Amino acid sequence: MTNKIWNPHFETMSREDMRQVQSERLRDAVERVYYNVPYYREKMQSQGLGPEHIKSVDDLSKLPFTVKQDLRDNYPFGLFAVPMSEIIRVHASSGTTGKPTVVGYTRADIGVWSEVMARTLTSAGAGKNDFIQIAYGYGLFTGGLGVHYGGEKIGASVIPISGGNTKRQLQLMEDFGSTVLACTPSYAAYLAEAIEESGIKREDLKLRIGVFGAEPWTENMRREIEKRLQIKAIDIYGLSEIIGPGVSFECPHQCGLHINEDHFIPEIIDPETLEVLPEGELGELVFSTITKEGLPIIRYRTRDLTRLNFEKCACGRTLVRMNKCTGRSDDMLIIRGVNLFPSQIESVLLEMDETTPHYLLIVDRLNNLDTLELQVEVEDRFYSDTIGELQNLRKKIQHQVESATGLSVNVKLVEPKTIERSEGKAKRVIDKRKLF
Amino acid sequence: MIIKQLSVFLENKAGRLHEVFDVLGGANINVSACSVADTSEFGILRMIVSEPDRAREILKEKLFSVNVSEIISFATPNTPGALSKTLEILAAAEIGIEYLYGFSVGEKSFIALRCDKPEKAVMEFQRHKLELISSSDLYKF
Repeated sequence: MTNKIWNPHFETMSREDMRQVQSERLRDAVERVYYNVPYYREKMQSQGLGPEHIKSVDDLSKLPFTVKQDLRDNYPFGLFAVPMSEIIRVHASSGTTGKPTVVGYTRADIGVWSEVMARTLTSAGAGKNDFIQIAYGYGLFTGGLGVHYGGEKIGASVIPISGGNTKRQLQLMEDFGSTVLACTPSYAAYLAEAIEESGIKREDLKLRIGVFGAEPWTENMRREIEKRLQIKAIDIYGLSEIIGPGVSFECPHQCGLHINEDHFIPEIIDPETLEVLPEGELGELVFSTITKEGLPIIRYRTRDLTRLNFEKCACGRTLVRMNKCTGRSDDMLIIRGVNLFPSQIESVLLEMDETTPHYLLIVDRLNNLDTLELQVEVEDRFYSDTIGELQNLRKKIQHQVESATGLSVNVKLVEPKTIERSEGKAKRVIDKRKLF
Repeated sequence: MIIKQLSVFLENKAGRLHEVFDVLGGANINVSACSVADTSEFGILRMIVSEPDRAREILKEKLFSVNVSEIISFATPNTPGALSKTLEILAAAEIGIEYLYGFSVGEKSFIALRCDKPEKAVMEFQRHKLELISSSDLYKF
């Protein structure tokens, strides 16, 4: 099944044409930040760089990185590239550690945002005949309004219900006949449960598409939501520093998220060496905005880990695809010189029937050599009564982890429910090396 | 006869074995045989109890990993060579033994045995008129 494409010109452009578009827009963006944002100018000058050094996307890697702390250091508006009279909106992300990060939009930026969200919703299969129930939060958070603009742009009927108030969500879903639900995947899972408990019959709902993002979720979670809500669940990705939702989106083939790269150029870097990695390698996602006016941002380190795939998609789009984000570069470990992301272990465990995704990695150093122990809970029915079977299972897990990570690991089977559970960020790693 | 045996996966942690028996004792469940197979990392406690189904539920509630497997229990005379004769029967019938545990006192030895073809083993034992222990001897109803 292939849905419509909102902007075939840009979404199905040849790689060569895309490079040209990106190069032109990048030159323009670099010029704008150099002349309008003292922070960028100083940073570039300290590296002996001027706008004349950036001629095409090939020169992107010469530019310095921007990190979240840079936004905080220039709180609230220090990185804006236009006078405040041009800014028509600000959003801010919650500052769990210190000050919030503030982003500003010009009228043209809101236009870009609407455009990329129109692409996103069209790709998900929504159109002017749809009712989009937006259960992302409205307000300073970009989720609600981002989807809102996209929904209006494609001519759908937007229900700006915002997050929470589950009872009302269900009532409107049934009475208005919502066909598209936009919210976080965890809220979607919660709504699925609430629908089952409410006694509302599935056939009385018209829901067919879910547009879920703003937090990481697994394939298993997707399958679960799709089954329970009987919808197609589409993953979307975005971050307020870049624009909000609409940075990248899935098509119905669910084989990666198409990046709106005529607006946001992606790169994958090694989070340690900061070198750009070859195509297809796993690393940290970095974005440069090339059309944004209010807060243009150069080489922003997202901390999200993924890989890029430049092949043309079955949906017809040529926009580069990023994999579902598998973790955060903040979590990266270096074991015997090899980069290891806990999410790599998690995906191995999720793929095996015998194991649960509940695990704990213990890193230590013995005789100057890093050691890696993986404690893992086994699915209940696989706890055998014979040593041989358990040893074989241990070896199997060991082998799978080793072939996925290139690291030898000592697997330790532990009793069920003994690894700490957590709703939010689970503690997955204990690095004892730091003690020395 | 074929008997239900409980096996519990245990990490090598002090006090863990005691917890299992504490739970069973507290529920008034009797353990008539047990053995622990151990590796450097974990152990498997195998036991025959008076109420296997109830014991399983209770241990599960306490978050132990419990599985039920089928074993055979029989008695042999407490004399040199008696067990050898029994095992010869199994070898001749090409029945593989996974593990066994047992104890002798007075005139008899009692053996709990897990093998790959339990039904066939029972038939062979009956054919050779071995004394099989039935579940009614061990369970409480």
